Amino acid sequence: MKGKKKMATNRGRQGRSKGPAMESIGLTVNGRTYRLEVGSAPGKVDPAHTLAYTLRESLGLTGTKVSCDNGACGCCTVLMDGKAVLSCMTLTVECDGREVTTIEGLADKETGALDPLQKAFIDASAFQCGFCTPGIIMSAKGLLNENPHPDEEDVKEALSGNFCRCISHYQVIEAVMAAGAPEGVTK
Amino acid sequence: MTGPYRFIGKATPRQDGTDIVRGAARYLNDIKVPDMLYGKVLRSPHPHARIVRIDKSRAEALPGVAAVVTWEDAPDWKGGTPRYTRVLDKKVRFVGDAVALVAATTEQIAEEATHLIDVEYKILPAVFDAEEALMPGAPQLYEEFPGNVVTPGVPFFGPKSLKEVVMGDVEKGFREADVVTEGTFGYENLPNPLPPEPPGAIALWEAPNKLTLWVSNQASYMDSVTLYHAMNRKVEVRTIGGPCGGSFGSKFMSWQVQCYAALLAKATGRPVKLVFTKEEHLAAFVLRPSSRMKARVGMKKDGTVTAVAGSWLIDTGFYSQTTQSQVAVGCGEVQIMVRCPNWDLRPVIVCTNRNASGIVRGFGGQELKCILIPLLSLAMEKLDIDPFQFLKKNFVKPGQGYFWRDGIWYEYRGVDYGPAMDRGAEAFGWKEKWKGWLKPSSTAGAKRRGVGVGVHGNADIGEDASEAYVRLHPDGKARLFSCVTEHGTGQRSNFVKMVAEVLQIPLENVSVAPSDSLINPYEFGPAGSRGTYAIGSAVIRAADDARKKLFELLAPRFDADAGDLETVDGFVFHKRRPDKKVPWKAMGVDRTVTGYGRFEPDYTLTNCMMTFVEVEVDTESGQTTLVRVVNATDVGCVIDPKGLQGQLNGCLGSAGIDSALFEETILDRQTGHIVNANMIDYKWRTFPELPEIENVVLETPFPSHRFGAVGVGEIATSPGPSAVLMAVSNAVGTWLHEYPVTPERVLKALGKGGAR
Repeated sequence: MKGKKKMATNRGRQGRSKGPAMESIGLTVNGRTYRLEVGSAPGKVDPAHTLAYTLRESLGLTGTKVSCDNGACGCCTVLMDGKAVLSCMTLTVECDGREVTTIEGLADKETGALDPLQKAFIDASAFQCGFCTPGIIMSAKGLLNENPHPDEEDVKEALSGNFCRCISHYQVIEAVMAAGAPEGVTK
Repeated sequence: MTGPYRFIGKATPRQDGTDIVRGAARYLNDIKVPDMLYGKVLRSPHPHARIVRIDKSRAEALPGVAAVVTWEDAPDWKGGTPRYTRVLDKKVRFVGDAVALVAATTEQIAEEATHLIDVEYKILPAVFDAEEALMPGAPQLYEEFPGNVVTPGVPFFGPKSLKEVVMGDVEKGFREADVVTEGTFGYENLPNPLPPEPPGAIALWEAPNKLTLWVSNQASYMDSVTLYHAMNRKVEVRTIGGPCGGSFGSKFMSWQVQCYAALLAKATGRPVKLVFTKEEHLAAFVLRPSSRMKARVGMKKDGTVTAVAGSWLIDTGFYSQTTQSQVAVGCGEVQIMVRCPNWDLRPVIVCTNRNASGIVRGFGGQELKCILIPLLSLAMEKLDIDPFQFLKKNFVKPGQGYFWRDGIWYEYRGVDYGPAMDRGAEAFGWKEKWKGWLKPSSTAGAKRRGVGVGVHGNADIGEDASEAYVRLHPDGKARLFSCVTEHGTGQRSNFVKMVAEVLQIPLENVSVAPSDSLINPYEFGPAGSRGTYAIGSAVIRAADDARKKLFELLAPRFDADAGDLETVDGFVFHKRRPDKKVPWKAMGVDRTVTGYGRFEPDYTLTNCMMTFVEVEVDTESGQTTLVRVVNATDVGCVIDPKGLQGQLNGCLGSAGIDSALFEETILDRQTGHIVNANMIDYKWRTFPELPEIENVVLETPFPSHRFGAVGVGEIATSPGPSAVLMAVSNAVGTWLHEYPVTPERVLKALGKGGAR
């Protein structure tokens, strides 16, 4: 009873091309580009740091949650170049040149208006304790990026790696289906 | 589900909804305190050993390490019931027991330092089975618990706290029975409630005897009480709760992780955050108690139970904080489920060398039902009694009673749950699907379907005390002070609805103060299903009291009695002159009005949940699939329809129904290691595997609550596991009595080998 694992694809594509002497990486998070120095000194990106760690501890973006820290629960899901990946299974040094979107980056940057998917989660009360919610929303966003009008099976499959212990699954499916309904079609 | 109310029963957004979907809800591990260090725990690799020597010098020398604390440095802080378990001891009692604590500038350094602590152990023989632990010559975990038997009783429940169910004359009862069945049954798979957020704490000493703790707990006020006692009543503890990433009961007792953070903060003079890894969460936090029963029941042809007698052995792991409480409540709950005049049910709580059991939804009653219903089923089969009819007939009715956790007899004065059960059976199609004991409801090739039913009720909806303040402001807004954290039930939002309904002001004009023990009055917390009735009543009384005080203040302006006034949308008026109104501001802009509400415990009410399940068993592979679940209950009055659906859907997870299907903590009984302490090997339900769920909810008002409502959330997990066992037995045509119903066990029952 385990969902599929999502990992960053082409990990380290650009990082590796720079060789082991890489001194810094450029990482775009929610539209803002950060230049991060690589090294083991405090404040630098240690080669062992996961993207989840960098987002939370270095950039202060704590909306991304860490639960298992082992690629099994989906709580840490973010979008990398539009695709859902597990940030606890992705090393930051391998993200040079990548564009990352976290839960904090979904709302409209100008107006602060929530993404329709976020709004749908509120309308459906698609959370209980809410801890797994950012990861679930990001997985669902990754799905909607690829498949704007998914059917129920698509939604279940896309969320198969997301753990939720309160059992908000039924209301989550309702929310994602509502957000993914073709225009003019209401649930 | 709409009542005569403006807010109650309406689908309204959760107050914290926007924060949750924006990632702005700040859970414990999202908090950073200036100058903060990070803590880690060195854990024992042995199930039972004496620490002969610890050398921490290499760890202390590691750059970045601020302190290393061992039992030799630690004060005599203790937890447990009775308080015999030291926070750090010279003896370790399970694989994962804390040996030393490290604080460092980063988690990584703290972790590295734990590997530099040299420990010499004298390994002691260990015991992993409750019956073996009771035998003469068995390894002894505590000098204070001879024979490994934990002292029964709960001082907090009073001098007569319930330790057993003994009444009537069981021998007479067995003589009157048409059939007597007996056997040994277990619910021993130790499922883990496993909330996504791991346990943790941040500690900061404000003064030598003043501690502030940021906690993640459903009942954050009680942490200050528990720790006050654990720290030998010498420390003033302030606890600040926030959003809790799931608890399901488990985080109610987090004194150990909180003490670890406090010890390190004391040793370093700096704030320390300590958050468990998921492996620690699975292997060194809280498991469901393990239960085994050897018992006899007597039953008449009409489904009347004439006697229940036997032993209930509860394995609590290396110590007990709340297991006696769970036994007391379980013993009360079993009487709510089964009417029987003659009982001799004797629990024994035993320590063994594994991770501890603690609070999980179902709180003793789920454990007891999971082993008693299979025994009752054997008698029902002999007498050809329909289990739905049996459970409906035997559930407590108004005017009947039970001994509750305090050992006192209470007469039930709530609603009759029979109609809710009937509606559930109808929605499920029980009449059509029930074909008799050990008969499938349908067969298609190698696949056979079977049905089962279970029931659970808990008289905790009015348990323990609650206090609340409601403060009215001149701008027409109100603030609720109730030390309740949001742990998933939506209760903080529901209390806002209750306040808004009493004061007739828009929801957005009501806010809740932070769940900080310094500013809020006493609150036992949303344990069990007490939120709606117990906490809700305190909140409603506080709002009412504030309203009354406001009217008393403004009555002279209307030349009227306070009782003649009314308020809507922040304006006050005379009931007969609604056109002539004054805003709350008339109280004075330099004033607030504070109401106080208290709820006194009341054990005369119980909630109820009946769960019907249909399973499909593949007789070739042994795989069981849960196809459909129908939950039936009566909640008096729905407060929040969507939140209620979520709570009832929760029947699957958090060591609920799935504990009968595939969830288990696998303990290696040679080494004491838990071998599946990660979220890949610990099985959990995924999105593609959802059964169909239908929740049948009746609303027959409970007159003693302002809105006629009672809570029900906690018990959703409890009736299902035994119902699954019943359904699988019916599908395959032979009894299965072990949890979970793995393919190996199903195939073994079918005589197909491959069993372990």
